[in-house]
Amino acid sequence: MTEDWKQSRPLFAVLSASPMLWLLVFFLAPLAIVWGYSFGENTSLTEIAVNGRLTNYARALKPLYLAILGKSVWFAGLTTLICLIVGFPVAVAITFATPRTKAWLLLLIMLPFWTNLLIRTYALMAVLRSEGYINAALAFGWNGIGQLVGARAFVPLDLLHNNFAVVFGLVYVQFPFMVLPLYAALDRLDRSLIEASLDLGAGHLATFARIVVPLSLPGIVSGVIVTFIPSLGAYLTPDLLGGTNSQMIANIIERQFKSANDWPFGAALSFLLMYLTFAAILIQSLLSRRRGAAA
Amino acid sequence: MPDRRSLLAGLGAVAAGFSLTDCSTRAGVGANGEEARLNLYNWDTYTGRSTLTDFRAKTGIAVKMSLFGNNDELFARLRAGNPGFDVIVPSNEFVTRLRQSNMLMPIDHAKVPNFANLAAAFRDAPFDPGRRYSIPYTWLVLGLGYRKSKIDGVPDSWKWVFDSDRYAGRIGVFSEADDLIRLGAKYLGHSVRDVPPPVVRQVVAMLIRQKPFIKVFHHDEGQDLLAAGDIDLVVEYNGDIAQVMADDPDLDFVVPREGTLINSDCLCIPAGAPRPDNAHRFINFVLDAHVGAGISQTIRYPTPNAAALALMPAEYRDNRAIFPPANRMARSEYGDFEGMRHAQLVDEAVTEIMAA
Repeated sequence: MTEDWKQSRPLFAVLSASPMLWLLVFFLAPLAIVWGYSFGENTSLTEIAVNGRLTNYARALKPLYLAILGKSVWFAGLTTLICLIVGFPVAVAITFATPRTKAWLLLLIMLPFWTNLLIRTYALMAVLRSEGYINAALAFGWNGIGQLVGARAFVPLDLLHNNFAVVFGLVYVQFPFMVLPLYAALDRLDRSLIEASLDLGAGHLATFARIVVPLSLPGIVSGVIVTFIPSLGAYLTPDLLGGTNSQMIANIIERQFKSANDWPFGAALSFLLMYLTFAAILIQSLLSRRRGAAA
Repeated sequence: MPDRRSLLAGLGAVAAGFSLTDCSTRAGVGANGEEARLNLYNWDTYTGRSTLTDFRAKTGIAVKMSLFGNNDELFARLRAGNPGFDVIVPSNEFVTRLRQSNMLMPIDHAKVPNFANLAAAFRDAPFDPGRRYSIPYTWLVLGLGYRKSKIDGVPDSWKWVFDSDRYAGRIGVFSEADDLIRLGAKYLGHSVRDVPPPVVRQVVAMLIRQKPFIKVFHHDEGQDLLAAGDIDLVVEYNGDIAQVMADDPDLDFVVPREGTLINSDCLCIPAGAPRPDNAHRFINFVLDAHVGAGISQTIRYPTPNAAALALMPAEYRDNRAIFPPANRMARSEYGDFEGMRHAQLVDEAVTEIMAA
């Protein structure tokens, strides 16, 4: 039944025409223009000549920009890892909750999406700043106990405007993107396999490592991809929460399109990021193909 | 360059996106044959409390204001063609850039009789000889905003933000690439104009050395960071600091003794403006003495309008944050737009500082 459309090509063509057109006009065509710009050169403040030269890419591969790209990959990787480590138990807990609790837990995970990212980031700033909620609560506790034992006055923790804040903010924003695919994979998991494993003498850890993780691997891979890629291109979070050395590659790209007014170079940097993304997706599809062949 | 609170600017940009495409509510046609509407593209907190409603009461023209956060945003927005703005408020260097790109319409001075209200010094400008394309709205200087109780005396040198660990961890520096390099050069004894590449290198080395002591490179929200207590010393515009000084007497502003960069925000009519006659009427209205005084009362930036200034209370006229002392102003200069090569050089220099 799933292959029915192959027998009805005209129907398929009619149904797919509008999304294809949409994709072509609003995605592929603009992308192609920007790709063209990446081989171009500014000829005036507002005009770009596409001359096929690779100067922008050569400049983008300078150690200065590669180091920033490397740092972005590191931030995104760290974010993904933390999301995975924290998200897995959460996804397991949701899977094994009663249906009623499950609905509430899923709602809690998705609730932040109802608020704009910019607003959430500003809210995070109010929480983290040196006179923010965390420091105020700590100061209250410290000074309360401190008066009894005669400790030094509270020194606010530096939580905002540093690399910690950037990774913290990215984890906060990306967390649902990790939990939801994990949950989807775990929910489909046949629980009798877990029971069988436990019955046949494997401990909880062995069952987790040898049964749960391999079976939920597709969920882990898609969770990692949908967390890693947006983190790699994060712009708002490092911009607002970051400190003096937190700029990520997207911040450099933004500056090329605005203050530096150098669209060709900005386009080259964007596409460098895009090539990396393609590479990540390629690895995923290779992995899933190998798994498919093995199965 | 008031208050570029990114949040509000972001919301403004979104609002602009909706409002300009929304033409379902057509206004009536005025006596000049133009639809009784005006699209103003402005900075945030940059009009008087009742400026726009007063204009509507007087002329019947409804003003729809959209906000931008910085000049780059303005330029990027207009670059692909005017999306329907009638009046914009770029700074002096962007008047040059917009002019060079043929993106401005000449001002018909016959329609702006209130031009005579401007102080003589502002009736002409090197970046726009004869004021053919731009009418001065405010002028502004960069300086140091500080919290008096946390800083020893008056921090009247750029040294305290660019070249000293005395206020380590409490310093905020304005991240605008061009201005950062210029002020660094000014501290090193050069003009803010034509900073030669070796001096740019010197500034880069100095700021990389200084970085461990800088808490944050801000995007013109320095006054908020200062008011919130995140930092105690910040490079900011005088008007922004004057606005928060009104609420917090522990804050002050100083133009360092080396001098600084002066800017001027101007009213311009972008090429392709749908209602140029309304635009002229609006500009003339803003230059009126009483209207101008109403604006200055709210935005607390220095006004180039002599007739409006005469109506202002002494509290504004003698405010050292708004009008820095003459000897400091004498050492300060306007910046020029120095071409794309220079912009690229400066951007890469700042990328280097941030990445170090």
